[in-house]
Parts: sequence; structure tokens; C-alpha cells
Amino acid sequence: MIKLSNLHKTYYTEATSLHVLKGINLTIEQGEYVAIMGVSGSGKSTLLNILGILDSYDEGDYFLNGKLIKNLSERQAAKYRNEMIGFVFQSFNLINFKNALENVSLPLYYQKVSRRKRNIIAMEYLDKMGLKDWAYHMPNEMSGGQKQRVAIARALISRPKVLLADEPTGQLDSKTTKEVIQLITDLNKTGLTTILVTHEKSVAEATKRVVRIKDGIIDND
Amino acid sequence: MDILQEIWSGLKRNKLRTVLTGLSVSWGIFILIILLGASNGLKNGVISNFRGRATNTVQLWTGVTSMPYKGYQSGRSLNFTEKELELINDNLPEATDPTPIISRTSNISYQNEYGSYGIRGVLPSYEQIYQLKFEPHGGRFINEVDVRENRKVMVIDKKIAEVLFKEESPLGKYVNVNQIMYQIVGVNSKKQEWGDGYAYIPYTTAQLIYNPDKKYRSMAMVVQDLNTEEANEEFNTRLRTNLSQTMIFDPEDTQSLWISNSQRDYLQAMSIFSAISLFVMIVGVLTLIAGVVGVSNIMLVTVKERTREIGIRKAIGAPPAQILLTIIIESILIMAVFGYIGMMAGIGVTELVNLVMEQSAAGNPEGMTIFKDPTVNLYYVFFSTMIMIVAGIIAGYIPARKAVKIKPIEAMRNEN
Repeated sequence: MIKLSNLHKTYYTEATSLHVLKGINLTIEQGEYVAIMGVSGSGKSTLLNILGILDSYDEGDYFLNGKLIKNLSERQAAKYRNEMIGFVFQSFNLINFKNALENVSLPLYYQKVSRRKRNIIAMEYLDKMGLKDWAYHMPNEMSGGQKQRVAIARALISRPKVLLADEPTGQLDSKTTKEVIQLITDLNKTGLTTILVTHEKSVAEATKRVVRIKDGIIDND
Repeated sequence: MDILQEIWSGLKRNKLRTVLTGLSVSWGIFILIILLGASNGLKNGVISNFRGRATNTVQLWTGVTSMPYKGYQSGRSLNFTEKELELINDNLPEATDPTPIISRTSNISYQNEYGSYGIRGVLPSYEQIYQLKFEPHGGRFINEVDVRENRKVMVIDKKIAEVLFKEESPLGKYVNVNQIMYQIVGVNSKKQEWGDGYAYIPYTTAQLIYNPDKKYRSMAMVVQDLNTEEANEEFNTRLRTNLSQTMIFDPEDTQSLWISNSQRDYLQAMSIFSAISLFVMIVGVLTLIAGVVGVSNIMLVTVKERTREIGIRKAIGAPPAQILLTIIIESILIMAVFGYIGMMAGIGVTELVNLVMEQSAAGNPEGMTIFKDPTVNLYYVFFSTMIMIVAGIIAGYIPARKAVKIKPIEAMRNEN
């Protein structure tokens, strides 16, 4: 599903340059459940952004579902993001003036699905997350766990090939963390390739494979 | 439709700011409409004054030669004769129905009332050329039969009728001009601003009684199909050249023949108004630019505020074109809605002014006006609409570019 070979990424500022990824080689098969761990500044977030086609890289190759993701136009990148990748973020990143249903249905809006149809589908996904009764609530009326479940529903609605979760439990209490991790684990069991970025051992333990990054290279796989 | 709902949900969050920005656009369009209305009013007023004459009247007066020509000394007084009338009819197709104007001043009396008035011997076409007016019971102008039979009939201006006949109807009555009796056949009720009015008699009658030598000094005609100043200039030259052959004067000698071409005056006045209209449009558009800058500014703030949201949208796969379009349409929407309000207010004010003016002018329908019908036509409404859309695109473009360049990662990291 995912194949990275000799991936390099350098951030340039006016005076200095920062070599963040120094040759990453990584292969993730269809349906795998992977945790990427590393301390702050190790390059794990950068790696996740590249995997999510949110950021470009300088050297090497990145194949996603057999397609080379390199030098894409903005439009092409947006299309792949929309169709192949589901994002879950630490800070939920819901649009705060839209209710849960509208948030979940947004990816389908960009696929030009009709309003009626995408609301029906969004309601289905909210139901799966046990949030049917919260469909018309605004994000600020919901708890952290609920918000993250809305975000997961939004990530899933476009039937992505890969679920990318960046510290999905970073702002949740331990009880909710367990629930959310259970939810993601269940999703993985349905065959969805899942990648978690985390620094919490307990979270990483739920996965089947842990990739550790240190100073821009894979330290331990 | 979907995109509009997306935009509406964004606009709703900042009602006050949107309204305040929008009002600057309304104001710009309002001023534009008011200025255009005012310049139209001025133009319509002047046009309505030109209507007193057929817009393309040419009047001729003979003068005194100032250059020696073909053996004649300068200082010779010139006159028109039958020959010149025929010449114009034959050689100048643009000129229709020229009329000689034989002028003299005489006492006209009716019973105990009398006065000294200008009497003009003319052809029936005079009525058309000077746009005379006859009320339903005001009789008629000199006609062909009067001319053919040298009838002693007379048409008088209303001012004369008021003096000689008071409340009485002059029609069918006889007036005395130096012991010759003329029957009144019509009263011209066109309002005259200057002078005491004229009395009109058939050209042939005038020749017979007052002009045994058949010479006269003035002519008038309507000229058609001359739409530019150049064409009028050319016509004047041709007229002068033609007449110089029979009357024998140097075609370069402008003092021999005086030509007043009202079409040229009209065209000149119109070109002044075109310039005024252009100026007004420039002022209006500049005012509008202030509005455009306002909207552009507020869209920039909006994009800045919504950086995170736009980042999220991009992360879940919003194509850049869609984001660009959303911002630009939002800008067009603000422009169009508030521009429309301004336009309606402007049209409302101009129509109201027009209504008040029409009512106050109702008692004096023939009066001179310099300001009339200060309204804008549909063309300007269409023009303003185009301006608003173009302005919307301009105002939205830079902010939209900025939105497209937002990097989702940094945008989402930005907590607010």
C-alpha cells in the first residue's frame, strides 16, 4: 500500500536549513496497523504530512496504492487526499461553525455528491460512531471523545485507502483514549490500512507494528 | 447552489462587518447613479431646449461682400432671389423645402388695438422648420393654396393675438396693415421667450405687395442626414460655393453669406455632454474603487481568520480552484447585494427628484429648462451591474490567492 524509498526532506529558512528526514525506507502492506513513534523533533510529524500528501519531499520516492506521489499539482494532490487518505488530528480540526453532520459530509461535498445524498451517508457514519443523536450539535457542544469520533467519521466517509492519525488521543483523558483506540483498532480489523503517530506507549501497544524514528531515520522497526 | 450555501454559512458569522463593508460599496454605486442622473438631467434639459428648432435647421442671411470678386468691388450688398431658392432645391438634396423669409416691420391694427410687429413672408415649410404649434382651435399655418393664389391671409403669434384680440378669438377676423386687410387663419401658440412675436403671410403675397424687386435677405431650411460635425461643415461649404455662383461673391468671403447651422451647435453641445458623462463615470468609478478596496481588505481579514478552516478543507481534499472560487464568489456576492441596494437607492432618489420636478413644471409646460428628467436608463443599470461583478472579482482575487497558498499543516497548527 505504501512504499517509501530513501526519502529526504529539508526545511529551509532564510539563514539555516534543517534536514528533517534523512533517507526513510518503509513499506506498509494493505491492512497493516502501524504506530510511528519518536520524540518531539524526530521528524515523525513531517513523515506523516508527506504520507498524507500535505507536504512535499526533496529526494526519493513515495508510492501510495501503486501511484508515485511526486511533484503533483495542487489539484491532483487534493484529489488524492480526498480519495485515498483519511486524516484524524490531535486537535480534531472540525470546522466550528458547522454541525457534526455537516463536518462529516464535507469530503463528499468536494466529490460533488448531492447534498441530500451526502447527508444520508454522513448520518450512517455518525450512527456507526454512536453519535446519531448529536448530528445537529456544534463541535463546541461536544466532548473531546465525541469530537474525535466525528473527526474519524469524517475521515472514513470518503472510503480512504489509508487512515492517518496524528496523536489522535493527545487531548483525551485515559478512558476516552481507550475508547477511541478501540474504535481505530476495530476499523483496522475491517481491512483499513492504519497509521498512528503517537508518543504514548499504551497507544502504540495496541498496534501490530511499531516504527521508531530518531533524528530523521528509522531507528527500530 | 451548494457553493452558495457554503458561502452563506461563512458570511453569517460576521454580519456586522459584512454589512459595514458592504455599505461602502452601496455608497459608491449610489454616488455613481446620482452623478449619472444629474448629468443626464442636464443633458435632457439642453436637448429639450434644442427641440424648439428642428435640430438640423440651417438659416441663411445675406451680407455685404468684403472681397472684390470677378470685377465687382467689395462692399456690395447681396440679396437672395427666386434663383437661389431653385438652386438649393436642385443642387443640395439634403436640404428639404427651403423657405425664403421676407422681413419687414409694420403696424398691425384691429379695431382700436394696434402694434408694430415683424411681418414675415414665408412658405408653408416654415411651420416645420421652426416647429410652430397650433392648438385644436388655433387654426392653421399658411398653406400651398394661400401661396399659389397670393391670398391675403395671416398667421399671428399668440403674443400678438393677446394684444390685438384680448379674449376674443382672432380666427376669421381681419387686421389692417397699411390699409391692406389680412384675414387671420391661425394663431401660433409656441411659446417665445424673446420679442413681441411675428405675423406670417404667404411668401408670394409679400413679394407682390412689399417686394416688387423680388429680393429678400434670409432663408431657412431643414437639413437631413448630416450626423457629424464634418458632414455639416462640408454641407456649409457646398452651400456657400453653390450660392456664390449665382449671387457672385468669393466663396472664401464669409461676410457675404451668414450660415447658422443649428445641427452643428447641437452636435457641439452633445459632445460637451459626452465629455461630462465620461467625467462623471470616472468620478463614480473612482468612488467605487474605495468600495472595492474596502471589500478586498475585509476579504483579506476573512481569509486570515479562516486560515485554519481553509487548511482543514484542503486537508480533506478541497481542490484549490474550489477555494479560489469560494472566496471570489463571496466577494462578488457582497458587491452585488450591496451594490444593488446602492443602485436602488440611487434610482429611487433620481426618480423622486424627477417626480417633484415634473409636478412643479406642470404649470409651465413650455418653459425653458436646464434640468429635465434626471434619471438613468437601463443601460447604466446594466453597466453598474457589470462594474459590480468585475469589482467583486478584483476585490476577491488577491485574498483568494492568499487562501489558496495556505499550507494545511501550518494552518491547522495555528490554534484559534
